[in-house]
Amino acid sequence: MTRRLRVDPIACEGRGLCAEILPELITLDDWGYPVIRAGSVPDSLMTDAREAVKVCPKLALWLEERR
Amino acid sequence: MHSHDRITVPAPVHTAPPGGQLPRLLPGGFAPGPASLAEHVRRYGHAPAPLRDWPRRNALLDEVERSGLTGRGGAAFPTALKLAAVAAQAAPVVVANGTEGEPASAKDKVLLARSPHLVLDGAVLAATMVGAREVVVVVHHSVREILDQAVAERRRAGLDRVRIRLVTGADRFVGGEASAVVHWIERGVPAPTLTPPRLSERGLGRKPTLVQNVETLAHLALIARYGASWFRALGTALEPGTMLVTILGAVNEPCVREIAIGTPAGEVLSLAGGASAPLQALLLGGYFGRWAGASEAVRLPFSTAGLSSLGAGPGAGLIAALPADACGLAETARVVRYLADESAGQCGPCLFGLDAVAGEVQRLADGRTSSLATLRCWLGQVDGRGACHHPDGTVRMIRSALSVFAPELERHARGWCCATRKGAVLPVPPRRPR
Amino acid sequence: MSAAAAVAGSQGLWLVSRASGLSLLVLFSAVVVLGVAARLGSAPRRWPRFVFPEVHRTLALFSVAFLALHVVTAILDPFVTIGWAATVLPFASGYRTLALGLGTLAVDLGGAVLLTSLIRARLGYRAWRAVHWLAYLAWPVAFVHSLTAGNDLGVWWVALIEWGCAAAVATAVLARILAGVRHPAPAGQPSASYDRITPPRGALR
Repeated sequence: MTRRLRVDPIACEGRGLCAEILPELITLDDWGYPVIRAGSVPDSLMTDAREAVKVCPKLALWLEERR
Repeated sequence: MHSHDRITVPAPVHTAPPGGQLPRLLPGGFAPGPASLAEHVRRYGHAPAPLRDWPRRNALLDEVERSGLTGRGGAAFPTALKLAAVAAQAAPVVVANGTEGEPASAKDKVLLARSPHLVLDGAVLAATMVGAREVVVVVHHSVREILDQAVAERRRAGLDRVRIRLVTGADRFVGGEASAVVHWIERGVPAPTLTPPRLSERGLGRKPTLVQNVETLAHLALIARYGASWFRALGTALEPGTMLVTILGAVNEPCVREIAIGTPAGEVLSLAGGASAPLQALLLGGYFGRWAGASEAVRLPFSTAGLSSLGAGPGAGLIAALPADACGLAETARVVRYLADESAGQCGPCLFGLDAVAGEVQRLADGRTSSLATLRCWLGQVDGRGACHHPDGTVRMIRSALSVFAPELERHARGWCCATRKGAVLPVPPRRPR
Repeated sequence: MSAAAAVAGSQGLWLVSRASGLSLLVLFSAVVVLGVAARLGSAPRRWPRFVFPEVHRTLALFSVAFLALHVVTAILDPFVTIGWAATVLPFASGYRTLALGLGTLAVDLGGAVLLTSLIRARLGYRAWRAVHWLAYLAWPVAFVHSLTAGNDLGVWWVALIEWGCAAAVATAVLARILAGVRHPAPAGQPSASYDRITPPRGALR
């Protein structure tokens, strides 16, 4: 089972909180918008990933489960 | 500086190839004005009787599958698959997309202006096949009146069991994108929406929606009459049938022509009276397409398979010829500026990224910079980061320009430009105040 | 129990009620100020941006404890008859109907904001945001309640705290209004539809 972090680019406003919480997987581009590293979220980062999803002020980030 | 009008809807003057089946979609000979219902029936006969029962609907669906018809809106998705996906859902709705937001493309406008009833036949057939009770036909404002009359004619004749609703399309580049069309119909906002959920599951009014380009529906109307084998008689084995192509740029008679898929690009150009000047490059597929060197491209078949060796494709059916005395970089810079301005403005990477990229491409065209590093970095940051493919298509076109016009880049870096032509070649609408 | 002890007990409850009430006002004001700061995206240098939303949430949840204390001590106080219904039904108390009713109203409004925030992901952004605006109504209601339900404004430091909170919130609201006026949506951005931003089903929250 893979868990991918996805961002809704329409809702995202480039506030950057997610990148602060999860810098291992999320970096900001030159305009402040998140670039998410491809691939599944490792188990060690799952807590931080869930926190990043919760902290987003626009609810633009979510974890997608795929079997 | 450069001023350019939208290209006006040209009148197709046909000389049908001997023994061939062209033209199929467009009326033969020079007919002033659209084909009336009577003329339409005279030429094509009536559409098959309403498909009341499932076995007959399924039979037609199988026929469409055998025909190998793919979408003519640019994505070339197998039409039978789309129909089946929507037919499997309850209470769907059909949207016939004739918005044609691309300023250089005129094929949908010409088709709607010349053969409106063929498109409407196809839309109604698609609706019956998927079990929809309503069809929304979105058309460019220049052909709205013609469609109004066509729909009125059909209503008077009591032709259709499904309701046909006409909507004038948004006058924006992204307005032609499938989810943007649905958004436009629902809320008057021509901006793409995020998929998932897919339109085939949840679209217009939360109902499963089939969005099909008007040309695809026109082909559907003919397949329903003449069958899959007839459809496959032209075109290639992998990409059967015909397609409409807008031919513009440095050609003697810019126009819309119907070609068998796989026709060599050079032959397509000759249908427009041939090149009006020695050619440097071709823009294949539209403003989201790819540039290709003229000498290599003209020999290749105009099809996805044929152009794939150059990394290009027929896209939404467009060939723009760039003459040798024009500057490919300057043309690209103008188009990219237009594309950046046409961003729906919903996604940061597209809104800001394309704007930055447009500025950088302009600097390259002006010779103010010679380094590609910033541009390539930004292209990587913009690609695939929007809700729709607007940034992706733009990036693709720019990358092909950097490759095809590489010698010109070098000259610009040293302060030289080969171009002697004054006017612009590619049509770009005047900049709209934001 | 002797009458003196009863009165002392009542006095104790009354004291705790007022003290917790005042603390609640401070907390609520801090929550509003932090909420505005989170919305404006501001952050002092060297502090990560997530500080404001996180502390905003933490304080809001923390204030529930103080709220419970404030309400329970007020109701248990034998000196006045308020009744449990008044905890959620505004203006249901016989004692100081208006003043306490405002307090109950503030709890109702604030409670709605808090509860919707707890289920924010499931609710969807649009609905959550619509309810969250009620916070701007809840605070003044709570403030008027604090002015009318207590007797302590005569004490100088109580008055200082009250008006200090008012000043802080007023500043924050002003900043919010100015930000909304000065930074409208990027030019050319159409009013986006928020329906589709709700994460699709099957996603892990």
